[in-house]
Amino acid sequence: MSENLRFRDPTVAKRVVEKIRETAPRKDTIKICHVCGTHEWTITHYGLRSLLPPTVEVIAGPGCPVCVTPASEVDEAVALALKGIAVTCFGDVLRVPGSERSLLDVKAEGADVRVVYSAMDAVRMAEREPNKEFAFFAIGFETTAPSTALEVLRKPPKNLSFLVSHRLIPPAMELLLGVGDLHIDGFIAPGHVSTIIGLKAYEVFPKAYHMPTVVAGFEPLDVLFAIYMILKQVKEGTARLENEYVRAVSWEGNIKAQEIMYKAFDIIDSQWRGLGRLPSSAFKLKEEFAIYDAREKHGIRITKGRDLPPGCQCHLVMIGKIKPTECPLFMKACTPQKPVGACMVSIEGTCRIWAKSSMM
Amino acid sequence: MAIPAKVVKIQDGKAQVDFGEGVLREVDISLVEVKVGEYVLVHAGYAIQALSQEEAEETLRLWRELLEAESSHGTK
Ligand code: SF4
Repeated sequence: MSENLRFRDPTVAKRVVEKIRETAPRKDTIKICHVCGTHEWTITHYGLRSLLPPTVEVIAGPGCPVCVTPASEVDEAVALALKGIAVTCFGDVLRVPGSERSLLDVKAEGADVRVVYSAMDAVRMAEREPNKEFAFFAIGFETTAPSTALEVLRKPPKNLSFLVSHRLIPPAMELLLGVGDLHIDGFIAPGHVSTIIGLKAYEVFPKAYHMPTVVAGFEPLDVLFAIYMILKQVKEGTARLENEYVRAVSWEGNIKAQEIMYKAFDIIDSQWRGLGRLPSSAFKLKEEFAIYDAREKHGIRITKGRDLPPGCQCHLVMIGKIKPTECPLFMKACTPQKPVGACMVSIEGTCRIWAKSSMM
Repeated sequence: MAIPAKVVKIQDGKAQVDFGEGVLREVDISLVEVKVGEYVLVHAGYAIQALSQEEAEETLRLWRELLEAESSHGTK
């Protein structure tokens, strides 16, 4: 508790906001992009944007793993469930729209779809019912992928396979830099992903793109300091990779977790919802683990899907091109109770985070 | 989303941790090196990183440095 308080000292907050105001440019706008649902939550929940001068804009990139999972992969999970396989998934995956239906829709029609809290739970569930076939829909960035890899390497029961949909953050950041009119001036890199992949994974951004990049933690002060660190770099005209989240992130990252990940997975190109195909942006189980690959085992491969329900602007929200409030459906046809798009479904989705805070 | 928790007991690659609510929960600690009494970041049932007390101090030191460095800079 006292630990938390030290990281939330209001006098420090006041001082860093003053520093931000002093360092921010007078005229030109600086656009800082983060790529993490938890950062968006911190920023929105604590109203950090309202503390920033008008020349500093913070936008949210594709930092919600459930949101970026393409409809085609939800369709694969739905197809598995319709084949009579028990599909296990994290809670906020249930309502994510596929091309036609979500897992929740087919569950309501009688398919066996169950929520688990962890990959470990999925394994235990399969162990308890050896005569039933299970598939775990493994969604998440580098934060979650090591746990899936770990369970695969442990040789889970043969009645369990994995529908691996893990995606990687650095390729998504590179995509943002290629979006012509987005003009990002700096990145806040995601703290939790970085505990695994380390600072080194972002070296390319200052080096090849001259992009100030700061890895940040999730307290409001962490985010404010990261903003300040980026503004300082912009003012100095430099681009460095800096670590604000020293209490959890090292240069190398979690090597043990990386080794486990690379033992189980190969890196492949993949589709991101509404964003197209990104090179080297997802994990796939290695050949030797094919018996655990739900796509191989059950002969399911869907490559095309309808990512955006009619009217949904998730693809623009996810790259920070528009704010949720600029989507005509926001809080009208699309609400947390009756979400239309993936960004309103997931607790890490920008639309849902904005909706929840507008309801407070 | 990952949440810090204190390791209370360790057995067979699993730990009982306290998220500050006084209730013990089981998490897998195979991805980290950690001892009883230390803190870990927990994501979806797995500890993904050990958090040491020194590193927490390190953050506060970094913040102080940032605030101080710039104020001397600002007055010159
Ligand atoms: S408000 Fe709903 S419909 Fe609009 S972009 Fe967000 S999720 Fe899509």
